[in-house]
Amino acid sequence: MGFLWFAIISVMLTGYVILDGFDIGVGALHLFLGRTDDERRKMIRSIGPVWDGNEVWLLATGGVLYFVFPQLYASSFSGFYLPLMMVLWLLMLRAIGLEFRTHIDHGIWASFFDGIFSIGSLLLAVFYGAALGNVVRGLPLGPDHYFFLPLWTNWNVGSHPGVLDWYTVLSGVVALVALCMHGANYLVVKTDGELNERARKTSLVLTPILLVLTLISLFATLSIHPNLLANYKALPIGFAIPVLVFASLVGVWVFQKSRQEVLAFVSGALYLAFMLVGAVYSLYPVILPALDPQYNLTIENSITSSYALQVGLRWWIVGIVIALGYFVFLYRMFRGKVTLEDGGYGD
Amino acid sequence: MDSAVLIHRLHFAFTVTFHYLFPQLTMGLAPLVVALETIGLWKDNDRYRQAARFWAKIFGISFVFGVVTGIPMEFQFGTNWSHFSKFAGGVIGQTLAMEGTFAFFLESAFLGLFLFGEKRLSKIAHWWTGVAVFFGSWLSGYFIVATDAWMQHPVAYRTAADGSLTLTSFWGLLLNPWALWQYAHNMAGAAVTGAFAMAALGAYYLLCEEHKEYGKIFVRVGVISGILFSLLVIGPTGDGQGRNLANYQPAALAAMEAHFDTKAADLVILGQPNVENKTIDNPLVVPHLLSFLVNRDWKAEVRGLNAFPESDWPTNIALLYYAYHIMVGLGTIFMAVMLICGIQLLRKKLFETRWLLWILMLSAPLPYIANTAGWMTAELGRQPYLIYGVMRTIDGFSKSVSAANVWFTLLGFMGMYTLIAILFLFLVHREIAHGPDHLEVAVAAPVLSGNAIAGRRN
Repeated sequence: MGFLWFAIISVMLTGYVILDGFDIGVGALHLFLGRTDDERRKMIRSIGPVWDGNEVWLLATGGVLYFVFPQLYASSFSGFYLPLMMVLWLLMLRAIGLEFRTHIDHGIWASFFDGIFSIGSLLLAVFYGAALGNVVRGLPLGPDHYFFLPLWTNWNVGSHPGVLDWYTVLSGVVALVALCMHGANYLVVKTDGELNERARKTSLVLTPILLVLTLISLFATLSIHPNLLANYKALPIGFAIPVLVFASLVGVWVFQKSRQEVLAFVSGALYLAFMLVGAVYSLYPVILPALDPQYNLTIENSITSSYALQVGLRWWIVGIVIALGYFVFLYRMFRGKVTLEDGGYGD
Repeated sequence: MDSAVLIHRLHFAFTVTFHYLFPQLTMGLAPLVVALETIGLWKDNDRYRQAARFWAKIFGISFVFGVVTGIPMEFQFGTNWSHFSKFAGGVIGQTLAMEGTFAFFLESAFLGLFLFGEKRLSKIAHWWTGVAVFFGSWLSGYFIVATDAWMQHPVAYRTAADGSLTLTSFWGLLLNPWALWQYAHNMAGAAVTGAFAMAALGAYYLLCEEHKEYGKIFVRVGVISGILFSLLVIGPTGDGQGRNLANYQPAALAAMEAHFDTKAADLVILGQPNVENKTIDNPLVVPHLLSFLVNRDWKAEVRGLNAFPESDWPTNIALLYYAYHIMVGLGTIFMAVMLICGIQLLRKKLFETRWLLWILMLSAPLPYIANTAGWMTAELGRQPYLIYGVMRTIDGFSKSVSAANVWFTLLGFMGMYTLIAILFLFLVHREIAHGPDHLEVAVAAPVLSGNAIAGRRN
């Protein structure tokens, strides 16, 4: 039961990263890819009807995490107090930028809200990457299972870490480049004309950069955490994961070259998924690693009662069927390339 | 009081108060949209259907703001109240997670269908999507109220080996007797907000002689539902909630009424509680009415605060007393205003009675105040406990997060929510200025780019 819920939460989180990932990526690229007002409006329209639904996966994942692993929820959310609050503000700023941008069609204000939207998205991508980096690096959990991280200390990975150090900043940069690539791939699918071509070129430039960054972060991870490979050594099939990570990244490049737009996007999504699977694979059964391993939060010491898990599974299945139905319906309505006419989204 | 716990409380109070401005309007409008749609279908009247669409758009805007401000609420259980979350997450995590998983998708999907599926759906099917939106928004309200109700009156749990609480009965949690009355009372209160919003906009249109036909519809439907719901708020739901208090939180009830000595109790209409001397200054009372309301007996004793150890007294008696009296006072005013409007409506004179239309229009903010005061009553009355009788508030906050950090984020939220409030007013103002007539034009540009399926024409 514990493993099942661990898997469910991992899948939900991966779903969130892939879905919200592309609209955050589009946001981060917004100022750089959209050269004219029309292009920027197209970019916003490409994510307009879906971004808030994508975001709700964060809410749903958080809720499930809360009732399945109350201790994990309590420890990690209070420990990451400052960065989480900033993530909330960035999510809101992004929404404010998007909405005002859509409704105030007036030169200087449009530019202002373009900036809010884009910078908000960009920082969000960095924060998410840094957050994942923090979890992989390990946290100063004490015997009471709590910790508190300042935003930064001395930028070193050590016994007194901050949210930001060289390793987590590196993770943040990887996440930013990855989500920009993901967003560019999405734009290629959803737009045509010059914007489509520019997004495609962006993806082709970012993919090799991401490949190098992924390699660097892999070695950086191994250097700060030599025993991270324990699970891989115990069950060597895991070594397929890094292979798949790089294969999917190469896939993005190949498919963009041959103009297979949808396949390129799917390939990019798989890259994100495999990166997360790789991290989860190395951590299991730890769900929040401590710098001192005896204080690790594991599935076993954080999970709620089996009765709650059983009834939870029943309503969760109903809920997820509704949610998936909603998403199928939404993306079907919204298929095809975006246009600026008629408020419609093309057909 | 320890300053860290106070600032953690302020943080939650500020963000939840702001958040609840939006769901109370959506939950309140939901039954009214269904009513408009039903009349439109029944009488085959396009104007009513158009009115339903118009309010569904206002609903949609408010809904998205509810989602955006709702995410911090869920987060704060972990960030600011981690010891409580660790202790009780195994129980209330259940209802919170259900809200997160069900509510948005259900509501969003059907709202999209309702707003933009009209040409593809039969009229009956379209009506059903409206009913589903209603159902979805009221369902998410239930999960949240059930969560709060468990903190007010914990049931269906046991203590596990590690000292934390675990769930023993799913249906016990969902059918908590406290939750049933609290939910009914809360939803009636939200519906009053919706009714006043609709009537106020109708009055505005009539007074400035714009969209007058719609103005009449809004005033008529708003007033009729306003009568219904402002009566329901008082009895049986308000009465039921009061008896919950008398049964399970007698100290809170005594503090709400500033009733210090155990004796037959008067109902205080006006007056300031003097906690130092344990009296009421400048009292205006109805003799023995509280005894009757609680026990259905004019002479019955009601336990006063002195009957409880001071350590179990609510921590801010004055604020609790005022919140409660503001709620009750406004509730009485709502009933009076709506009944007078109802009489004028029966006499077919309401649309020409300008002074009454002015009152209706200016009343729009009052139900927000009453609902907020009601929630303050519930949560201040629960003090000094976080989970009534089980965990004290002082034991539940995040001890690892310092007061200064919480100040920092509270100030941040204040700034952020100022922006959000401006955006909301701007968007609603646009819809009001457009008016229901020009909806087809408005449909062409998305209400909100983020609104599900918004802007799509079939």
